[in-house]
Amino acid sequence: MQINGEFKPLIVAFCCNWCSYAGADLAGNNRLAYPENVKIIKVPCSCRVNPMFILRAFQRGADGVIICGCHPGDCHYTSGNYYTRRRMSLLFSMLNFLGIEKERTRVEWVSAAEGAKFAATMNEFTEAVAALGENKRLEDLRCKR
Amino acid sequence: MQRIGVFVCWCGSNIAGTVDVKAVAEALKNEPGVVFSTDYQYMCSQAGQDIIKNAIKEHNLSGIVVCSCSPRMHEQTFRKTAQAAGLNPYMVEISNIREQCSWVHKDMEKGTEKAIILGKAAIAKVNLNAPLTPGESPVTKRALVIGGGIAGIQTALDIADAGFPVDIVETKPTIGGKMAQLDKTFPTLDCAACILTPKMVDAGQSDKIRIFSYSEVSQVKGFVGNFDVTIKKKARYVKEDLCTGCGLCTEKCPQKKVPNEFNLGMDNRRAIYIPFAQAVPKVATIDADYCTMLKSGKCGVCSKVCTAGAIDYTQKDEYIEEKYGAIVVATGYNPISMDKFDEYAYNQSKDVITSLEFERLTNAAGPTAGKLLRPSDNKHPHTIVFVQCVGSRCANCAEKGKEYCSKICCMYTAKHAMLTRDKYPDTDVYVFYIDVRTPGKSFDEFYRRAVEEYGVHYIKGMVGKIAPEGDVLKVQASDLINNKQIHIDADLVVLAAAIEPDKSARPLATMLTASMDTNDFFTEAHPKLRPVESPTAGVFLSGACQGPKDIPETVAQAGAAASKVIGLLAKDKLMGNPCVAHSNELMCNGCSSCERVCPYGAITYSDKEFRMPDRTVAIRRVASVNEAVCQGCGACTVACPSGAMDLKGFANNQIVAEVDAICK
Repeated sequence: MQINGEFKPLIVAFCCNWCSYAGADLAGNNRLAYPENVKIIKVPCSCRVNPMFILRAFQRGADGVIICGCHPGDCHYTSGNYYTRRRMSLLFSMLNFLGIEKERTRVEWVSAAEGAKFAATMNEFTEAVAALGENKRLEDLRCKR
Repeated sequence: MQRIGVFVCWCGSNIAGTVDVKAVAEALKNEPGVVFSTDYQYMCSQAGQDIIKNAIKEHNLSGIVVCSCSPRMHEQTFRKTAQAAGLNPYMVEISNIREQCSWVHKDMEKGTEKAIILGKAAIAKVNLNAPLTPGESPVTKRALVIGGGIAGIQTALDIADAGFPVDIVETKPTIGGKMAQLDKTFPTLDCAACILTPKMVDAGQSDKIRIFSYSEVSQVKGFVGNFDVTIKKKARYVKEDLCTGCGLCTEKCPQKKVPNEFNLGMDNRRAIYIPFAQAVPKVATIDADYCTMLKSGKCGVCSKVCTAGAIDYTQKDEYIEEKYGAIVVATGYNPISMDKFDEYAYNQSKDVITSLEFERLTNAAGPTAGKLLRPSDNKHPHTIVFVQCVGSRCANCAEKGKEYCSKICCMYTAKHAMLTRDKYPDTDVYVFYIDVRTPGKSFDEFYRRAVEEYGVHYIKGMVGKIAPEGDVLKVQASDLINNKQIHIDADLVVLAAAIEPDKSARPLATMLTASMDTNDFFTEAHPKLRPVESPTAGVFLSGACQGPKDIPETVAQAGAAASKVIGLLAKDKLMGNPCVAHSNELMCNGCSSCERVCPYGAITYSDKEFRMPDRTVAIRRVASVNEAVCQGCGACTVACPSGAMDLKGFANNQIVAEVDAICK
């Protein structure tokens, strides 16, 4: 997304309800800034994130997608984040093959106590995606605004 | 088409300071489905809630979006508001424009822009929301406690105290568990029997508690509030209702050579036996493996001497089916086998014993009537070596030991050493340790007393080898502090064996679909905040089945598990979480992918009849979700290859709509 000639990557962040969404709230409570272009979607568990959602985001023009869940072993549903880890490592390597660089996709564990980590992760991830420039692959021109 | 109302909150200046709330309300007015949009200073206040209620009635709203603080803060508030105005509470979506927008951004223009996009995403989702009703299920007001040790007894007593009936299932002929075998208890040195047996009697006499001894759980079906359990009552060949526990049969039985498991095989019992004098229920049991009558049909002495006529050689295993609302697992622990620890010569010398065996040796009701005599020659030992951490904290020897700390060994070894020096001041007592861990109330003081008042020799270092030579045990060890090798001629060596979950725990966990860690300890629903609940609804954990624990911790956890059970049984109906998975049976191809990923066992398959387009009837195997068991994680929805499985409240099309709104 170009704003005033400056490239601001659009980031979709899927956050699990129990850890990462609360971590994002904590970042807010502590007023820890991160870019406006990060938009959070709440899911009950990171394992609810269907690869289809990620493909859809890239199709509609997202520049990066990050999935945040509870730390391994801390999943509210015991094993959900393990599924996420496996599914996403497969999906991301396939996306990489399709030309969506590995840096545009990420799985990160953020606990409800890690507001600072959430903000730092979002800053760092946005920077990494910004360095790659706009995402052209998979983008469906029919969806262009 | 929905009729959606949008309510943008200022939160004083918390939101309005960085987000132009009026512009947000204005911009969202034109979104599809939106018929009303407004802003207010404090939407969560009574006046703000009234605005929402009035708008719902006035504009006949079918869904609302509140752009405000985090849903973790006020989602419940606004759901109740909507419900009060006659709207289904699940038709409310919160757009988090405080924690995730105004508080983390400083630029008014960019903040407003983001708030509008977040609002649009919430509107897109509400457009696809459907009213949800939590499922209701009745609660069977009876609890099952599996395991009759101190954990199970305490849990049952506490539940019974609240007025609910409880059944205890115990595999042994009596309740009491490991604590009944102990001599004294640290750090107060109360006699274990003195504090345990009154509780056993209470449990035995309570009109709310039924004890199924010599029994095991053979099948569990159902879900929270409605478990159907089959209990196998093993044949004990004695009629429980007739046996008075006089013990005459156990004196007259001619089969005297049966290893006594209660004394860990250090003496013998008869083929018909009562494990110990204070057993509850005090009923004799015939050991079918040793009874001559049962094996060859010749004997019948017990039957002849029994004045109550309680002996029944024809008894068969009995299966009892019962319904329960909650299940408490209290299967406890066992010391690990010492077979693989050749270096300690456990299998070569009778004088190398485990701590539990030492416990029986010093117990007044034990094989030596409390006199400390070595098992090989019944002589009083003068030099005793205690070895700690045998198989505990053993990351490099996973094939024979355990990685974790067994927690209780430091304290009971200090107790053993202290009691030995107290009773027999002429003995030399050595304790080899890696670390002495005493994190408990009055624990460190207790250990210090062993060292300072009782003169126990604590040596930091591990024992490398124990070699029996003549009637002494040559102990080779290292002293890490003085950096030298030590050789001790010991008369008795006591190994503080690591503890592991009881072997019955693993099959039980499968039956209950309760999860376990890699060491076969049951996992708790949350390690800090829900330590006595299993992730499986309605299954609770008590005692050492969840991890190594001493008696005070076990009793505390037993009480906590009981209070959770009471909280559950006190309800007449259980309201479920309506955001659960559901399967579209027309799309389901019966592949079992969802069933395999479900951590709760909420998905079952059944054959159903379907009318096909050509008017024939086909039978297909399809998945269905038990809404009372499903916790709504959504793992199945992603695993489903045909897209039949979806999650209410977080449906595929809803999340996709949010993605679309954000990426527009």
